[in-house]
Amino acid sequence: MEHVAQHSDPHYDQEASKLGMWLFIFTELLLFGGLFIVYAIYRFLNPEAFQMAGHELNLTIGAINTVILLVSSMTIAMSTSALQKKNKGLTVLLLEITVMLALIFLINKYFEWGVKFDHGIWPGSEHLLNDMGHGEVLFFGLYFVMTGLHALHIVIGMIIIIVALNKVQKGTVHADRPSLLENAGLYWHLVDLIWIFLFPLFYLIH
Amino acid sequence: MENEKHHIVPYKVYIYILLALVTMTFMSIGITKINLGEYSVLGAMIFATLKSILVLSWFMHLKFDQPFLRIMVGFVVLVFFAVIFITFLDYYFR
Repeated sequence: MEHVAQHSDPHYDQEASKLGMWLFIFTELLLFGGLFIVYAIYRFLNPEAFQMAGHELNLTIGAINTVILLVSSMTIAMSTSALQKKNKGLTVLLLEITVMLALIFLINKYFEWGVKFDHGIWPGSEHLLNDMGHGEVLFFGLYFVMTGLHALHIVIGMIIIIVALNKVQKGTVHADRPSLLENAGLYWHLVDLIWIFLFPLFYLIH
Repeated sequence: MENEKHHIVPYKVYIYILLALVTMTFMSIGITKINLGEYSVLGAMIFATLKSILVLSWFMHLKFDQPFLRIMVGFVVLVFFAVIFITFLDYYFR
């Protein structure tokens, strides 16, 4: 039975892989959704403390990072169009730009967190526990957990994009088999989507 | 969509969406700079919602996908708001 002549195409279903990705995205949305509900309740219970603590955050870095993520979302969306138009060079270039923008986002985040650490603010720090009220502790706890979890998603997103980029270069992802790139794009837009809500809730408290 | 073949979004459209998203970001910063009290949170959240609708329908391609995907996304959003509503009912009437 070794040489049975049969035609075997690996099964490929673009709609199904998109559906699978969306189901995964739903779990991610509800994961962050849970954290947003925790945030909403604690802000409702400690409005003044959240306002005071919110002023500690750097609005400029937050705004710059928002624009960076929005641009990177556009470049990866464009790369799908470029792939469909069979423009491999442009697809690769746009994906490289996306990864670079993601890296810049993380570098900004590094400096932003670094300034907080210099001021003695991190989860469980002496300064936070001894000199600040209950509400501030909650605010900064949520700030570090939520932006940290988001940053972790940025790192994972970068890895997925780099894998997709390699496969585009190798030619295993192409106009007739674009699912990996499309799903990488969906994941990246999810990261953008979460930031769209993180930004006003943490940086725009006045 | 009528054609089974993939709908290719022109690059130009994505640039317009980006411009709209960036404009709304700065508008949401602007609206919180004006002192509107309670309403500044509401304003910022309205802009965030509008931005997420743009990202979902254009960048995430829902506008061109099959309707059942849109229905599922809508359902998840609905579940999320239901949980928020019920949780706040609890905290309001304690």
